[in-house]
Amino acid sequence: MSKVFIALQTNDDTRQIIQAILADNPHAVCNEQPAMVKIDAEGSLVVRRSTIEELIGRDFDLQELHINLISLTGNVDETDDELTLSWNA
Amino acid sequence: MDMKVGKKKLGLKEKYQHMTRGLGWETTYQSMDDVFPFVKYEGIKIHDWDKWEDPFRLTMDAYWKYQAEKERKLYAIIDAYAQNNGHLNVTDARYINAIKLFLNGISPLEYMAHRGFAMTGRQFPGVGARVACLMQSLDEIRHAQTQIHSLSNYNKYYNGFHEYRHMLERVWYLSVPRSFFDDAVTAGPFEFMVAIGFSFEYVLTNLLFVPFVSGAAYNGDMGTMTFGFSAQSDEARHMTLGLEVIKFVLEQDPDNLPIVQQWIDKWTWRGYRVLTLVGMMMDYMLPKRIMSWKEAWEVYFEENGGALFKDLARYGIRPPKWLDQIEKDKDHISHQAWATFYNYAAACNFHTWIPTDDELDWLSQKYPNSFDKYYRPRLEHWREEAKKGNRFYNKTLPMLCQTCQIPMIFTEPGDPTQICYREVDYKDNKYHFCSDGCKEIFEHEPEKYIQAWLPVHQIYQGNCFEEGVDPTAEGFDPLSAVLDYYHLAQGRDNLDFEGSEDQKNFEMWRGMATKNA
Repeated sequence: MSKVFIALQTNDDTRQIIQAILADNPHAVCNEQPAMVKIDAEGSLVVRRSTIEELIGRDFDLQELHINLISLTGNVDETDDELTLSWNA
Repeated sequence: MDMKVGKKKLGLKEKYQHMTRGLGWETTYQSMDDVFPFVKYEGIKIHDWDKWEDPFRLTMDAYWKYQAEKERKLYAIIDAYAQNNGHLNVTDARYINAIKLFLNGISPLEYMAHRGFAMTGRQFPGVGARVACLMQSLDEIRHAQTQIHSLSNYNKYYNGFHEYRHMLERVWYLSVPRSFFDDAVTAGPFEFMVAIGFSFEYVLTNLLFVPFVSGAAYNGDMGTMTFGFSAQSDEARHMTLGLEVIKFVLEQDPDNLPIVQQWIDKWTWRGYRVLTLVGMMMDYMLPKRIMSWKEAWEVYFEENGGALFKDLARYGIRPPKWLDQIEKDKDHISHQAWATFYNYAAACNFHTWIPTDDELDWLSQKYPNSFDKYYRPRLEHWREEAKKGNRFYNKTLPMLCQTCQIPMIFTEPGDPTQICYREVDYKDNKYHFCSDGCKEIFEHEPEKYIQAWLPVHQIYQGNCFEEGVDPTAEGFDPLSAVLDYYHLAQGRDNLDFEGSEDQKNFEMWRGMATKNA
């Protein structure tokens, strides 16, 4: 199975987002690098709005991710509630 | 929470549909073929533009909101960095040479990407594709401007940052990145999208912006880190779009497959050649190293690219050609490139050096198959010669590859002791190439590549001297005349880092920053 990843800047805004992603994707592996965090996951990875909202204690628009996003791979599917990265093969 | 915002009127998908569909129309006063003259000649067949989908479903209202936030963050950091004399906090002044290369070789490409996407958007009859090109075009000019702003701070203190626009069109090694983008923007709209949107953005830019920019952070360069990550946050969108372009085009008509495959082969190879510069920056120019070029290649190309091409196999796409050579080359190209710049440091706008012992050890460790055997002894020999006062600056001009314009510095796949040469006779001339990849790209479009502006040929033809210079005059020094033409000052902008004005100033200023004397 191929791996997808999402890379985010390391800062106060992303701390809970990273925590939420790791909570929703138990198979994901978190790589901390200078100034950034790269989360790798076999097959697919989901970023869930509700989990982030629970952790930050306010409403969150998934498109806010763009501000601190560094890079990602995989086919992207975004709705109001979830951003999913996946490979079909 | 008691601050709950009211439910949005439209969901993301619906909003995207409304903002990107039904905004165009079939023209009647002029034929559609006259209004969109470039959309058919490449042979790509599109039956339904409405199948185009941006997976992020970004519309302009959200675009401005988030881009504005990114800009505010960026400029707050840039200001703080400048006010705090942040340039004195970089690990070591050698590092600054890496960002000279960045400003001169990469930032102007951002501007060309801006133009390219604007032109491409104009050519597409589909609204969704036009909106996507518009946003990317805006992103790219933002990147060019934020990079110029951020790096202008270095221009106040260090040499080699001045006149990057003048140099882009003249300095020998800058013809490599420049010709790469010129090749892309002079292609048709679909080829441009595959070249830049897919091959460059999706397959290759991670290598530039992720490990190198993280490396900038590691070396105390907050300015570069900030513009780098800020740019890359747009790149995530560009990459996604690049992948969508490929899927969209392939789903539209089976006849599109061979055309797209040929472009993927061509542009992966072209982009890979340009990234040689980045490999050298990572392995030699970051005093505090984060990962080797080879490791970055394995993570961001082999692993990610491997997953990508496995995914695209369902459309009949196979991985790009010449991967077997690329696989062998990853142990070599960064070392071969640095050796070349060390040789030609007299004609450069940045400084070179021999790595320190612990840096040599790091390279030995990262490149166990190649460094000690082929490259370390040579660097150590050059270091010894320099110590004895025999620092040799090569003044003989090298032969260039007609396609990638890189000097013939690369070796035969599988034999790092033999320079790789290929040639083609076309009409009345012989053309030279660094590799099978560049040769085959030429053979597919010879009429395009015979027009290449090759810096070495231009110097020999007398086109790279200031007006009024007489190359037949007694005592004529061609290198010095070429440096004048480049607007580079001998002994200030070029040669080794050791003994440079940059080195002296940095030491003095850093001393002033930490002592009262």
